[in-house]
Amino acid sequence: MTGVIGLPAHVPELGEDRGGPATPLLAVSGLIKHFGKRGGFLSKAGAVVRAVDGVSFDVAKGETLGIVGESGCGKSTVARLIMQIIKPDAGELLFDGEAVGSAELDIRSFRKQVQMIFQDSYASLNPRLTVEDTVAFGPRVHGASRAQSITLAHDLLHRVGLEPGRFAGRYPHEISGGQRQRVNIARGLALNPRLLILDEAVSALDKSVEAQVLNLLLDLKAEFGLTYIFISHDLNVVRFMSDRVMVMYLGKVAEVGPADAVFSKPGHPYTEALLASMPSMDPDNRTQEAPITGDPPNPINPPPGCRFHTRCKYAADVCKVDEPLLYGVGDMHLAACHIANPASGHPLATQAKVAA
Amino acid sequence: MLGYIVKRIIYVTPVALGVSVVCFLLVHLAPGDPLTSVLPIDATAEQQAQMRAIYGFDRPLIVQYGLWLWKVLHADLGNSIASGRPVLSEVSRAVVNSLILAAVATLIGFTFGSLFGFVAGYFRNSPLDKAASALSVFGVSVPHYWLGMVLVIVFSVQLNWLPATGAGPGGSDHWRPDAEHLRYIILPAITMSVIPMGIIARTVRALVADILAQEFVQALRAKGLSEWGVFKHVVRNAAPTALAVMGLQLGYLLGGSILIETVFSWPGTGFLLNAAIFQRDLPLLQGTILVLAMFFVVLNLIVDVLQTALDPRIQRG
Amino acid sequence: MSAIADSPPVVVLAQAGKGYWASVWSRLIKDKVAMTALAVILVIVLAAIFAPYIAPADPFKGSMLRRLKPIGFPGYPLGGDELGRDMLTRLIYGGRLSIFMGVLPVLCAFVVGSSIGIFAGYVGGWINTLLMRIIDVFFAFPSVLLAIALSGALGAGILNSIVSLTIVFVPQIARVAEAVTTQIRTRDYVEAARVSGAGAFTIVRMHVLGNVLGPIFVFSTSLISVSMILAAGLSFLGLGVKPPEAEWGLMLNTLRTAIYSQPLVAALPGLMIFMVSISFNLFSDGLRSAMEVKQ
Repeated sequence: MTGVIGLPAHVPELGEDRGGPATPLLAVSGLIKHFGKRGGFLSKAGAVVRAVDGVSFDVAKGETLGIVGESGCGKSTVARLIMQIIKPDAGELLFDGEAVGSAELDIRSFRKQVQMIFQDSYASLNPRLTVEDTVAFGPRVHGASRAQSITLAHDLLHRVGLEPGRFAGRYPHEISGGQRQRVNIARGLALNPRLLILDEAVSALDKSVEAQVLNLLLDLKAEFGLTYIFISHDLNVVRFMSDRVMVMYLGKVAEVGPADAVFSKPGHPYTEALLASMPSMDPDNRTQEAPITGDPPNPINPPPGCRFHTRCKYAADVCKVDEPLLYGVGDMHLAACHIANPASGHPLATQAKVAA
Repeated sequence: MLGYIVKRIIYVTPVALGVSVVCFLLVHLAPGDPLTSVLPIDATAEQQAQMRAIYGFDRPLIVQYGLWLWKVLHADLGNSIASGRPVLSEVSRAVVNSLILAAVATLIGFTFGSLFGFVAGYFRNSPLDKAASALSVFGVSVPHYWLGMVLVIVFSVQLNWLPATGAGPGGSDHWRPDAEHLRYIILPAITMSVIPMGIIARTVRALVADILAQEFVQALRAKGLSEWGVFKHVVRNAAPTALAVMGLQLGYLLGGSILIETVFSWPGTGFLLNAAIFQRDLPLLQGTILVLAMFFVVLNLIVDVLQTALDPRIQRG
Repeated sequence: MSAIADSPPVVVLAQAGKGYWASVWSRLIKDKVAMTALAVILVIVLAAIFAPYIAPADPFKGSMLRRLKPIGFPGYPLGGDELGRDMLTRLIYGGRLSIFMGVLPVLCAFVVGSSIGIFAGYVGGWINTLLMRIIDVFFAFPSVLLAIALSGALGAGILNSIVSLTIVFVPQIARVAEAVTTQIRTRDYVEAARVSGAGAFTIVRMHVLGNVLGPIFVFSTSLISVSMILAAGLSFLGLGVKPPEAEWGLMLNTLRTAIYSQPLVAALPGLMIFMVSISFNLFSDGLRSAMEVKQ
């Protein structure tokens, strides 16, 4: 390739910054995934689980975006859609300004730059491969020699705090849960990715081990210049890790904004309820009644209007009819709630505006 | 429930069609010309062509299958080459005898199997339990045709208590529920019952042990329910599965009886199949197998539907 | 033989790796029942292999003067058969064909059935559904009926008997292989490998095969017992080996008329089938529990 004036243009290597710091590393727009619950041809129109129903967000370079929500809200499906493990029904992914799956960025080179850490440290390791073989598998697939990939694996094991001399030859069942998750992290790093998706990566660990792994993740992020998408149902952990937080409810984004803002001034009643349900450390400040009751509605038949209105203490008539868009509630802080939109006709809307 | 039945029938239809294809192809699998058994050795080429046209062997395979299926659907399985009689009438006579034998065997197997299974499940790891599991291994490991021979040696040859072969006195080929015929069914039925006995014992043992370990049973005991009351709970919970296994076993025995029927010269489908194979009576072979396999398919369907109706835990999706 | 009626025992390995087979073996060797069974199998197989060196007589040479001799008759430790041949010799030689014809179909079906099942399970989707529906058709036939129908149509003979039994077992093994593969395929480590950019072939070789072949193998060993009974049964019906070969099923058939004169001698070949069949069953059970142990 040559530049306009005949000089060879700088062609960035794979894995190198291309779009500049202002371009989001990952831009997701209009992501939709409905899982068909196909019945026999005698059953009525096949029920559809709206796992992810129109989700858009950006992940800036070097940041950690936390995604929270109850189980079944679609956060893990978002992770798998980004990873291309499952195919979206609609939606576009831009990685550093380039469309994923296009001629400029095919799936294989995209995958090399994005890796994922799974929740179940046991299920995500092949019981028949040693720790070093597991970590070396990715580089081997991408053409590294055996010696090279093993050297790399040992280096990575060392960096995640597993002494290769002791751990390289062990099998998954011979090490602890925290150690297994460290192996998973080492494997995720082996292809030198730019974005790491952590799907409930510490949820299965004991609290003490969890803290160690979280600190390791923070260290590695600084060391390798990584960007994280950190998915968890645990608000404390998300708050500890994230720069920005996205709250999901029934396949949709309920709220997104800087972590401090979301946790101190939630803009969506659902976020408010989630925060209220966190056990407080202060005995005088404990909630007496359950702030949120019942299970989330069935994603096969989500309620019309705002999906949260069935459980929302502020629900008004408009919430049962109109689906709210994302409205600004603060600096870079959006919430999908009619209260945040003065024109919505929600009785509390103007009040909220005054308060803000 | 009706919707569920319709759904099951729709699911079973392609399987039944597949079974018919396999049965149809069996004849064409046979080496050599299927006509050789019909024609005299010195038949002329013209006679051969004539016969071929009569049997439709000159048409493409798919057309032959269509014609055959059409006839089968109208209860016409063709004529036996050896006897010249309609295959359907030969098979239906034999199937009654086989069904009686298989039903008696299943009943014996079920009675003793559940008994052993219950005892073993109630007293896990006791000597009784060990004996019951030894019995189930024996049941699935013993060559039943040999077991039949051994029983004949002991009870007919040595002790002379029971007849060795046949379905009744004087070569009777219609089994009737009278004292004489009853003597004839004992040995083959016991021989045949060993397989379902082992399998039912194993199933019931697992079911009972499973139910007894569940919390609701412990809660019932804690509430002061008598052991008899607990027993009734266990029976109610284990019955649907045990009955389903019994139903399937009946189908297996009916289809798998050929070896035992040969040992005891029982005038059933197994005997018929044996004759068909050695006289190379292909229409009879095809028809008998089709009837037995279809019986098995339908039995599976019935068991499935009944089990769903009996067991509230199974969702009628 | 309707043991097959039960849902296939799908064993998913709790853990595996270096020393995995060594640890299975160390558990197996403590299982007295399984070890006795293995010893019985080994003795009979070795005797069959070295039959010409250990058998006391010629398996085909008989004498009409010495027909149907009782057990313990001078020169005939286990009696003489209906043609005056030495029973002990023929029982030793009989193991050759009987075990060969019982084990080979399972071996062939293991290769073919696992290939079909692993392929179907890994590919998934409509191809899987189609293959499994075809396999459902074969499940509509009780094994004995299918084996006899196929042998009956193909005609008597050793090869035809082996082919028929292979066809009987392929669907059963394929169904288990499909179930295990489908289970493994959705494991996170297979997804992790896919995320690493590995191709389907590499994933199957590195991450699927090692974890599915064990359970399929255990299931297959449990079929050997059924296969032995069926293979001998086909010969018993005259659909397998032809006289004068020594084969237990056929010997049982030709001695049927002797149940009145020499009942014990007549029952001997069946006892051999039973011993081998039950040994394979017990060994397979032991192997399964040794492989199932979780840490």
